[in-house]
Amino acid sequence: MKVVVAVKQTPSPDSVLTPDESAKWVQEENLSFEMNEPDAYALEAALQLREKQGGEVIAITLGPERAEKVLREALAKGADRAIHAVCPSLDVLDPLQTAQALAEVVRPEAPHLVLTGLQSGDLGFAQTGVILAELLSLPHATIIVGVEPAPGGVRAKRELEGGWYQFLELPLPAVLTVQSGISRLRYATLMGIKKARTKEIRRVHVATPPPTGGPAALVRLYPPDRSTHTQFLEGDPREVAASLVERLRFEARVL
Amino acid sequence: MSVLAVLEHAGDTWRPHSLEALTAAQQMGADLGVPVSAAAFTPKAAQLAGSFLDAVYEICHPVLAEYTADGYSAALEALILKLNPRLVVFPHTYQTRDYAPKLATRLGSILLSDVIRHRVENGGLILTRPLFQGKLHGDYRLSGSSVAFVSIQAGAYRSGEIPPGHARAETFVPEIPSTAIRVRPEPPFRETAEGVDLSKAERIIAVGRGIQNREGLSLVEELAHVIGAEVGASRPVCDYGWLPMERQIGSSGQTVAPALYMALGISGAIQHLVGMKGSKIIVAINKDPEAPIFEVADYGIVGDLFEIVPAILEELRKADK
Repeated sequence: MKVVVAVKQTPSPDSVLTPDESAKWVQEENLSFEMNEPDAYALEAALQLREKQGGEVIAITLGPERAEKVLREALAKGADRAIHAVCPSLDVLDPLQTAQALAEVVRPEAPHLVLTGLQSGDLGFAQTGVILAELLSLPHATIIVGVEPAPGGVRAKRELEGGWYQFLELPLPAVLTVQSGISRLRYATLMGIKKARTKEIRRVHVATPPPTGGPAALVRLYPPDRSTHTQFLEGDPREVAASLVERLRFEARVL
Repeated sequence: MSVLAVLEHAGDTWRPHSLEALTAAQQMGADLGVPVSAAAFTPKAAQLAGSFLDAVYEICHPVLAEYTADGYSAALEALILKLNPRLVVFPHTYQTRDYAPKLATRLGSILLSDVIRHRVENGGLILTRPLFQGKLHGDYRLSGSSVAFVSIQAGAYRSGEIPPGHARAETFVPEIPSTAIRVRPEPPFRETAEGVDLSKAERIIAVGRGIQNREGLSLVEELAHVIGAEVGASRPVCDYGWLPMERQIGSSGQTVAPALYMALGISGAIQHLVGMKGSKIIVAINKDPEAPIFEVADYGIVGDLFEIVPAILEELRKADK
């Protein structure tokens, strides 16, 4: 089975973020980036399918130069090759433009399956996989927590809200968006990291669309208004602990 | 020019967020001075007849008996082409996420997802949505004349009684060839939970990524034991296998509203917040002063939980003596 997995490089989850001067993206100095978490699980699912079925795993990303790091990581974990769609900045792309750029990369590969995470930790539109499927005229399923080969296609387990699930059968080729936790993530081995150095990362250049903004353009990025009712307790750990216990007992009366 | 709200149902009931999306659609319609209609894939749509809407549409077709992305997007595409609304408003549910982006793509537009508020500026709509896991908010301006799609975050608008009006009820039967449905869904089922019903707990201590590893949990369990609380978790903690999935709180886990909710090392992604923001008293302890969890907290402590929790334990023991 030939599987394309689309991964994105996003700021680490514990990053402290400040809007940059354009107020359309964040200041990147001192920011660390990593593979978007659900995408890491999509990669894991792809590698496991190859282990069961044979075939090929191709990691792709859309992003600036720094994003090559997530492709190296994917190769070190076992992806066979990678394609980097180089785009200087992602903030100008709406979800449709992002998916269009990825579709250009995926189409000539003609994979059996395209996997990606269900949502990115930066823009968080949660749409790339679904739009990609539509652009490629493929069936799709979202928020997938399990996938196994089935006659003529795959059987996928889709998460619904509030602890409900559902199985779906999809003919191939198809697109699945993967939920975090689909299985334990593997680490790259030393051997894997060494091997990755010899694997191919093909670069393609994506023309940045004119900043017409599309149907919905980002005007301004800003820190959310803090609710005014939060009482911040300050001091050393002993002081804040004493203050908290006091308040929970006598102010909130919940202890 | 009009606004169309698309409501989601589960069996015989509206999904609660559907009515919030309807409220959002009505407020947007009122602010833009345009009529609002509603559509749903259930006969329940007719119940909205005579309410303060322009029209309600029951979308009806044999292939729509069970949800599929192919079926729902084909049907709504047909309805939108007929009605030509300016704005289509959905609740931001898993189902919407599954098909609305596809629908928007077919109509050459995009879905602005997870919207939390709106305002009108120079006659145009400005919509706000969270980015970077809620750490930042972004304002988006709708432009162009084509249809725009918006999904509304759970809890962002308060659903209320829909005032009486003159809404007419219509049945809309789209043409959908059965070959259009490519995916075969099986009936939904519930995973057998091992008897952990966090919704009944009076106190919950929930841990997030900040707990760092499984070993970090023993400290939390000790605190839970001392104050008589259940231990819950945000999604990553369960994904890592540090706590079982049935202790997960949030959109993919349980929804809780205890008297006391202590969030330790939880940043407060919206998927978690929707599962706990109804709690009476919320305490948040987190290293990151910008963590979104502080937006819903009554008491906030910025600091290292591995220093603060032992101090709380000590304080509780001292008070017991």
